Amino acid sequence: MTALSLSQLQAGYDPDLPIVKGVSFTVKKGEAVCILGPNGAGKSTMIKAIAGLVPCFGGQVRLGETDVTGLPSHLLARNGMGFVPQTENIFTRLSIIENLQIAAQLLPKHERPGRIEAMLDMFPDLAARPRELAGALSGGQRQMLAAARALLTEPEVLMLDEPSAGLSPKLVGQVFETLRRISETGVTLVLVEQNVRAALTLTERALVLVDGKLAHDGPTDVLHDGKFLGELFLGHRAAEAGQ
Amino acid sequence: MNPQAIIDGLIAGSTIGLGAIGLTLTYSILRFANFTHGDFLAWGAYLTLTVAGVLGGLAAGLGAPVYPFSFGWGLPLAMLGGVALTVALTLGLDRVLFGKLRARGADAIIIVMASFGASMALRSLLEFIFTAKPVYFTKALQIAKPLGLGMRATPDQLLVIGLTALLVLALHLLVTYSATGRAMRAVSEDPGLAGVYGIDVAKVVRVTWIIGAGMACIAGVMAGLLVQIRPYMGFDLLLPLFSAAILGGIGSIPGAMLGGLIIGLSEAFAVQIIGAEWRAAISFVILVIVLMLRPQGLFGQKEA
Ligand SMILES: Nc1ncnc2c1ncn2[C@@H]1O[C@H](COP(=O)(O)OP(=O)(O)OP(=O)(O)O)[C@@H](O)[C@H]1O
Ligand SMILES: [Mg+2]
Repeated sequence: MTALSLSQLQAGYDPDLPIVKGVSFTVKKGEAVCILGPNGAGKSTMIKAIAGLVPCFGGQVRLGETDVTGLPSHLLARNGMGFVPQTENIFTRLSIIENLQIAAQLLPKHERPGRIEAMLDMFPDLAARPRELAGALSGGQRQMLAAARALLTEPEVLMLDEPSAGLSPKLVGQVFETLRRISETGVTLVLVEQNVRAALTLTERALVLVDGKLAHDGPTDVLHDGKFLGELFLGHRAAEAGQ
Repeated sequence: MNPQAIIDGLIAGSTIGLGAIGLTLTYSILRFANFTHGDFLAWGAYLTLTVAGVLGGLAAGLGAPVYPFSFGWGLPLAMLGGVALTVALTLGLDRVLFGKLRARGADAIIIVMASFGASMALRSLLEFIFTAKPVYFTKALQIAKPLGLGMRATPDQLLVIGLTALLVLALHLLVTYSATGRAMRAVSEDPGLAGVYGIDVAKVVRVTWIIGAGMACIAGVMAGLLVQIRPYMGFDLLLPLFSAAILGGIGSIPGAMLGGLIIGLSEAFAVQIIGAEWRAAISFVILVIVLMLRPQGLFGQKEA
């Protein structure tokens, strides 16, 4: 069963200068994949295009069997796509509980309190002071809130853009532990990560994006070899794309 | 000093505050300074007057004043129609003008200039249809009743102050506690992230116009009832409206209202102390002082 698939996706900020230059891949239901690549490769742009935040110029995005190319982000959210952006991923001027309440609005009324409760159980840091402004949270706690917000609606596909960015090694461990638990519940995970080692503990498959194109799509084990990854990033192994 | 300035200031401040609410909401959610907002007040007053005329033609009894006020049931009924028509006007304007520019990713300054042009067009249209001659909702005269401490007010004036307080309270509760209000605050912080959270931003934009236009129409009717209706009535209020919105803090409904009251009271006292010819300068002076001392306003949040 396919959860998410891209075919020849082109996307970016200017139709004459696509940042994502024809990317195709398929993610199976329940699978966890990680997207690696050098800075500026277009990882964030690609994931935002999938989430409906960046215009697509060509190709197709499918969520399950449905073509969702170019659908506005709120409709994607309603169709089971959870997305946590790399930065500015919570409303800092709203309280913690309000952040969760907004997300809960996507659920039928009777499910909302229960799901909010479940998220507060999962993230005790958030439960400690739910009425506080989210802007008062620490970097790690913000990532918790961002993840909790996305998980609350039980999306079929959860995409996270560098959830470990700026976190201490201890917190990175916590975040990935949480992601592993989430993945075990059968949620399809698409993870953009710079922290290659942490990402490889979680996912069995990696996509490497270099200059807007896929340079590698395959099992993660070969990537434990730092030299291989280094060559990929530099574009020396571009021929491996689409394996 | 004459304590009557307090009543005069509260009355002027009610109109300014209600008008500033729409301005502060469009500023925080659509991210542009809407120069047509003053003209929405004038259009609201004229549209209400038109509906009142139609209603009066259908049922003459509606015009008979209801004690102790100077107007009959026709006016509040007509105001409901006026609100609906003003809302339709703003949603129409957003569809043909502002929404098109937003969709094209136009800079805020372009949208501001467009609103300036639309403001002139709307005002000229009013002059063309209704002429520049002032008109009135009612010809009935009202005696101001003593309130004690040397202050007097007519029943109409007290009604205006009471209705304003009620509307501001209702709106404040809506924005603070309802799902719609949460969505509005979310969009004002980050429209892109709002979409990711599942909020239909276009719907929030419509709600913003509906609230802003509704309050503008009611403010226009109040000003029309207590003073007079003329095509320039809203445009002349533009500077006080902006000053009130900025003084209160962009995005804050209680802030806009408090800002309106402060501007209204300052104007009333200035008229007494330094003379009526300086009235218009007051909002400008307050605006400059606020921008220098506390740019985020009384209730505004600093940019993160
Ligand atoms: N809002 C934007 N408008 C125009 N160009 C942009 C915008 N955001 C990113 N870009 C450009 O798109 C390219 C890819 O950026 P993107 O953020 O997708 O890279 P990335 O792979 O996520 O990098 P990083 O690892 O640093 O997060 C860069 O050249 C960047 O300059
Ligand atoms: Mg990125």
